[in-house]
Amino acid sequence: MSFARSVSNSLFKHPNWFLALLLAPPLLWLGIAFLGSLFVFLFHSFFSIDEFSGFIKYEFTLSTFAELFRLSNFDVIIRSLVMATAVTLASVIIAFPFAYFAARYARGKWKALFYILVMLPLWSSYLVKVYAWKLILAKEGIISWLAGELHLTWALDALLAIPVIGGPSLSISFLGTFIVFVYVWLPFMILPTQAALERVPVNLIDASSDLGATPAQTFRNVIFPLALPGIIAGSIFTFSLTLGDYIIPQIIGNSSYFLGQTVYTLQGTAGNIPLAAAFTVVPIVIMGIYLAIAKKMGAFDAL
Amino acid sequence: MTTAVSFQNICRYFGPVRAVDDVTLDIAEGEFFAMLGPSGSGKTTCLRLIAGFEQPTSGHMEIFGVTSEGVPPYQRNVNTVFQDYALFPHMTVLDNVAYGLMVKGVDKATRQRKAQETLTLVALGSFGSRRPSQLSGGQRQRVALARALVNEPKVLLLDEPLGALDLKLREQMQVELKALQRNLGITFVFVTHDQGEALSMADRVAIFNEGKIVQVGSPEDIYERPKTKFVADFVGSSNVLSPAFSKSAGGPESWASLRPEKISIMQGKEKAPTWHQSANATITAAHYQGSVTRLNARISSGETINVTVPSSQGKFAEGEKIILHWPKEAVHIMAGEA
Amino acid sequence: MRSESPFLLKIAAIGCVAFLHVPLLLIFLYAFTTEEKSFQFPPPGYTMKWFSIVWDRQDIWDAIGLSVKVAGIATLLALILGTCAAAAVSRARFFGRDHISLLFILPIALPGIVTGIALRSAFGIMDIPFSTWTIVLGHTTFCMVVVYNNVLARFRRTSGSMIEASMDLGADGFQTFRHVVLPQIASALLAGGMLAFALSFDEVIVTTFTAGQQATLPIWMLSELIRPRQRPITNVVAIFVIAVTFVPILAAYYLTREGEHTGGTGK
Repeated sequence: MSFARSVSNSLFKHPNWFLALLLAPPLLWLGIAFLGSLFVFLFHSFFSIDEFSGFIKYEFTLSTFAELFRLSNFDVIIRSLVMATAVTLASVIIAFPFAYFAARYARGKWKALFYILVMLPLWSSYLVKVYAWKLILAKEGIISWLAGELHLTWALDALLAIPVIGGPSLSISFLGTFIVFVYVWLPFMILPTQAALERVPVNLIDASSDLGATPAQTFRNVIFPLALPGIIAGSIFTFSLTLGDYIIPQIIGNSSYFLGQTVYTLQGTAGNIPLAAAFTVVPIVIMGIYLAIAKKMGAFDAL
Repeated sequence: MTTAVSFQNICRYFGPVRAVDDVTLDIAEGEFFAMLGPSGSGKTTCLRLIAGFEQPTSGHMEIFGVTSEGVPPYQRNVNTVFQDYALFPHMTVLDNVAYGLMVKGVDKATRQRKAQETLTLVALGSFGSRRPSQLSGGQRQRVALARALVNEPKVLLLDEPLGALDLKLREQMQVELKALQRNLGITFVFVTHDQGEALSMADRVAIFNEGKIVQVGSPEDIYERPKTKFVADFVGSSNVLSPAFSKSAGGPESWASLRPEKISIMQGKEKAPTWHQSANATITAAHYQGSVTRLNARISSGETINVTVPSSQGKFAEGEKIILHWPKEAVHIMAGEA
Repeated sequence: MRSESPFLLKIAAIGCVAFLHVPLLLIFLYAFTTEEKSFQFPPPGYTMKWFSIVWDRQDIWDAIGLSVKVAGIATLLALILGTCAAAAVSRARFFGRDHISLLFILPIALPGIVTGIALRSAFGIMDIPFSTWTIVLGHTTFCMVVVYNNVLARFRRTSGSMIEASMDLGADGFQTFRHVVLPQIASALLAGGMLAFALSFDEVIVTTFTAGQQATLPIWMLSELIRPRQRPITNVVAIFVIAVTFVPILAAYYLTREGEHTGGTGK
């Protein structure tokens, strides 16, 4: 009997060995390299930093978590949450008509084209996309030029004059940060929404109108509820990605910090690992709650 | 007579589920053996035990006298025709059929010749270069058959092979399979939930229920002399008579079965023959089905009796009072319980 | 099905496509601008000279080299690990299966910064110096997930009785893998591998934590984005990155689409 055959035989007799053999490499990798590092890092949030020496005090304390609620830190959390919510809502509003159109009216070659048109920006370089918006939003960039050509410079100025969201130019304002976030994460909303809409049987829509519902009623009572799991699945991405991003606000926006940047600075230049770890717990907890709700609403089937 | 497959007190549990529960069974060489039962009754698990996809939890199994516990499927001289055919979509039909010979190391010229011969045997000689996706359901079924047969198995296992075909094709394939089995002389083990299929094709039938074999016998045995209420009801939906009713109709006090087509009815005042048993009844439903009409008739004890009568006998209305009668020997007393 | 779509819906859909694609097209325009100091629009003039300047820049070639090396190794590791994971999760029912499948998608479900920072602190604790391999370690973690998802989807579409059929016909585990499983998942592997390569080639968030002083191409770009010094060169590099990532994405799309026709037959 050949060697391969006898190995095959013993694996057949012990299917659990075979399973273990398959699972061990990826589990070890993720379990040790990923989860291991993650837990060790997060565990630091129960330590604190010695204010004089700057070294980590390896004693159990909750004071680092308490620091999260200091006004300047809590601001960062609220700002990030508001931004993530706004980005998610805007993505839904922009994605839905496109997804609906692609799911219901596009056929054959057009459908494939629409799919590629979403896939390309989704997978294309994140940095290049951010860079493109730096070109667009810059003071001397295309938007200012377009506003000038259309004699709408006053409108752009008025927009930028709005407190909080405005600023000296679009590339140095919350509005700019918001636009870039929406742009970068939009495909993550379109794909699951479209997938959910594809699964709405056409005869359900026909049945609804047959039973006397107006198109608006059909939309509200039939199409939207059925598309909701897809929208929630998409929102998991837009919400989570916005919460964790630290590059976009650094390049486009005023200098206010979001969660990602705060963590980045704390662990890097500030050297405050415990507080960085405590800040990292925040998006993980928020996403944990979010995922639990999403699971309840059946969003995982739409992923 | 050689025993092809032998089960001795075989059990197969999946956690708390007893899929196969203490089955003892001998299948003879050259036999066309059917395993019949509702879904989840353990018949498919038995087939998978023979193929080697499952291992028994306990008990002893032999295939042609060789112990088969722990023997992987690829070392058994047994081949399977799968319910979904499981043809390899990335290979041509000819390569599919030649697959078993290829993995055994048969040289290319020989295996292609043999595969071509087997394809011709199932009337698909000119389809070798096609892909499975270019074939109809019936053609795929034949390819699956050829792919198994080319290995000259000692036992061929068929897992509901006709289930996906439409009625006409199914009847045609039943005849062909039967003829093929007669010509090749290979032992066929055939799993089905269709009692008509099992009765018309098999030499012997095993009836499965809840992981156990409740009766093994010739189709005639099974149909005419069911051992239990389950068999009587599952095979040909026989009437199961309660002990009280059997007695009131003039028989012994025990469970009995009575085939719907053995019952005659009288609509007028004429008397039943004296050697017949009889009962008064009311028609509760009449289903015209072409050559025959099926009647549901309620007897005084409240039980419903199914009757099949030739449609030429007359018209039947719901609520009509009739008399049912049948020859004494048509009542089959069942020994087994449940 | 109504074949006519409402006018407003059409406009909204076209607007969405324009929103997604116009910014990328603009980069092509900017690569030819003669303006060096700002992002002036419309460009005052057009030139091809930036392409030849980039061609002669050794630091950019070095960054490309490192990116290709990292993406190549990470993809190879991800293919092996992701396929093992997908095979185990798709075939077997075992204790804790749901938790394990959740673990396998965690690296992309959690923000990249979490993965990056965790790895960095682990390197710090264990005194591991930054090298190509620290970058590879981070990239493999999320590349594995991409391969896993692709291969798992293919396994689910493939009829389970196909493997049993192969064994039934006399093929042992290795023969079955070579003649039945591998051809079935080949295009999914190729697609997953290409996506993993594109993802790794472009990754910046985890890389900033695991690279130390080394510059992959995205790291080089990021430093230009934060402190623009050589705008026209950055434009050319951006075009190059788009080209390098678009080809595998399109190829992966066609490969997995092809798979839909071959995967589920026999049913």
